[in-house]
Amino acid sequence: MRLEGKHRDYWRRNLKMTALLLAVWFAVSFVVSFFARNLAEITVMGFPLGFYMGAQGAPLIYLVIIWWYARYMNRLDRRYGVREGEGDDD
Amino acid sequence: MADYTTVPLRRYYAFYTAGFFIFILILAFLERHGLPPRWIGYSFLFLTIFLYATIGVLARTASVSEYYVAGRRVPAIFNGMATGADWMSAASFMGLAGTLYLSGYQGLAYVMGWTGGYVLVALLLAPYLRRFGQYTIPDFLAARYGGNPARLVGVFATVLASFVYVVAQIYGVGLITSRFVGLQFEIGVYVGLAGILVCSFLGGMRAVTWTQVAQYAILIVAYLVPVSILSYQVTGIPVPQLTYGHVLQKVQGLEEKIFDEPAEIEARRIFRERADGYHERIVSLPESLDEERLRLSDQIAELKSSNAQMREVVALERERRELPKSSEAARVYWDKLMREAAQRGADPEHHLTPYPSGGEEVSDTARLNFLSLVFCLMVGTAALPHVLMRYYTTPSVREARTSVFWSLLFILALYLTAPAYAAFAKYEIYSTLIGSSIAQLPVWVSAWGKIGLVSIEDVNGDGLLQLVELALNPDVILLATPEIAGLPYVISGLVAAGALAAALSTADGLLLTIASALSHDVYYKIYRPDATTQWRLVVSKTLLLVVAVLAATVASQKPATILSMVAWAFSLAGAAFFPALILGVFWKRANAAGAVSGMVIGLLVTLYYMVRVQVDAIPWLGIQGIGMEPWWGIQSTSAGVWGVAVGFLTIIVVSLCYQPPSKATQDFVESVRYPELEGS
Repeated sequence: MRLEGKHRDYWRRNLKMTALLLAVWFAVSFVVSFFARNLAEITVMGFPLGFYMGAQGAPLIYLVIIWWYARYMNRLDRRYGVREGEGDDD
Repeated sequence: MADYTTVPLRRYYAFYTAGFFIFILILAFLERHGLPPRWIGYSFLFLTIFLYATIGVLARTASVSEYYVAGRRVPAIFNGMATGADWMSAASFMGLAGTLYLSGYQGLAYVMGWTGGYVLVALLLAPYLRRFGQYTIPDFLAARYGGNPARLVGVFATVLASFVYVVAQIYGVGLITSRFVGLQFEIGVYVGLAGILVCSFLGGMRAVTWTQVAQYAILIVAYLVPVSILSYQVTGIPVPQLTYGHVLQKVQGLEEKIFDEPAEIEARRIFRERADGYHERIVSLPESLDEERLRLSDQIAELKSSNAQMREVVALERERRELPKSSEAARVYWDKLMREAAQRGADPEHHLTPYPSGGEEVSDTARLNFLSLVFCLMVGTAALPHVLMRYYTTPSVREARTSVFWSLLFILALYLTAPAYAAFAKYEIYSTLIGSSIAQLPVWVSAWGKIGLVSIEDVNGDGLLQLVELALNPDVILLATPEIAGLPYVISGLVAAGALAAALSTADGLLLTIASALSHDVYYKIYRPDATTQWRLVVSKTLLLVVAVLAATVASQKPATILSMVAWAFSLAGAAFFPALILGVFWKRANAAGAVSGMVIGLLVTLYYMVRVQVDAIPWLGIQGIGMEPWWGIQSTSAGVWGVAVGFLTIIVVSLCYQPPSKATQDFVESVRYPELEGS
């Protein structure tokens, strides 16, 4: 199977975006929760920030991450001329 | 059926949801005119099951691709909805609000874990699995890691994680039907079984998908309505997700007042004394068991001779009957009671405060457990086969990516609301119930008390309800909210229908996953690769039936141990699948030896840790004293932390010790990574 530079480039961009978004995911999930106690002083909509992040902030950021990734990759597919595999199985 | 197009589908489901609302209004009208609650319960139960059955029959199919992956024609948004229903189980629907009520900030681990896992699904798994485009997760493992050993380990882990889970769902159906319709628990289990089978038996994944979409609509309406009304009553704004922050501030104020009241402190002291009493008895076993029996007998005799209330005598006799027979059993029994009493006697924690405040060390261990639980739930979410399988059903890789977005959006509708339930329930209970006279509590307290979900014990004998004297089962928070808000019974019926939809939809997906693993992977791929299409479907449907009946039989025994094992499914699935799947896509060098040993060892480490931390003795195997101290204080539900780490490590080390995978396998990895390479 031939591997063109184009493919490597596509994959590298994908990996870069994946790593970036996973870093955000890690920060909101684990780093923020680790310091939840210290964030109690700040309030958002009546919540202490640590609690808010766990209850709403982090889940909403997850949603944005997934939305962003789908958008980015779907555009990348188009830019690199990906032929979609519709109906090529079965 | 021709290609599914989104527009008519949207219209069907819009009509369907509107029809459901009209049905609720009619029932509400009839209730006003004297329709008894029992009939409302029946109407919801049978109408919804009839609805699902109709969809199930309409979507029947004899095509393998339709049966296993719904013909890969499910539009992203509907696949998202189906995934939402598939994902949210009876435990999410009924238990999560209560867990958040009981443990405050600590409970948010579930909210974060069960939503954050979808980031891993979206970024690391769904597009690649869709690109691969077969039928099951073991299929992927077999294709990537060259053959049947990897497939078999995958099947074993699939069945292990899914079966425990499906038993819990069917158990949940039994509970719901027995609570709301008054059916006997065992009968309720088989009614639920019928409800599950009508969806999945004839139409496989295709039927399950379209019933799950219908079930999602019912479950989300049922979840949002009661708490929105409650929010409107308390704050004037019917959007509980936005208003509960301020309610929590009021709760904080109430907590500060209630926690320090002398009566509360006194009641807590009594519980601590009780715990000490149990401790003394445990220390002086085996004599203390005889003493205890003697003491109870004396007391009963005394009461009987003094013409006391029959009720008290009966209670004491029951206590005597429940005393364990052997000294070993007594140790376990009293140890449990001691822990319960000690927990209730401990200083209460504020709802909003992260990690308990009992000193640096306690707080750090709690934080470590919180983080590792979040990790296990996330990794487990991204590894449970019944969720991953859903991403085989979209028409394209592009739709698979978008579909994860829709999945999480629909799931968030419930998970962002659960903390609001906890907040409003806490506010109502703290502001109206606590401190009031036990003789004049609202009706819902005694109604749910009758079936053991609420218990009240006036330990200090002042006739008033102290916070520590009230013990709640987590499920009651959701179930009682309509009554707390003073809503008509039809809303309670709606909640029951929603809980039923949550349990049935998850059970459908799980059963299909188990049946597919056994019929497709074991029977077709390993045992009889020359089987005809028709025969494969016959085998698959037969296995579905067998597994379903087996699960219902287990559930009807009310197995306490199985229920506590459900939380383990996440760690088990995570340890077995996550490292092998991720490295399978992202590390070409991973080979069969590495993957198989990594999956097996990861699974074994997880099981070993769970069993040794959780269980001290397995009487029917004659094993005793196997309990151990947890490593770094991490609880058994988070055992996946070790399993996943060991799994990754084993795959990497063993892979490096053996030959790199063949050219064909490396090409396979390429084809999964770059969509356009296929066939080029």
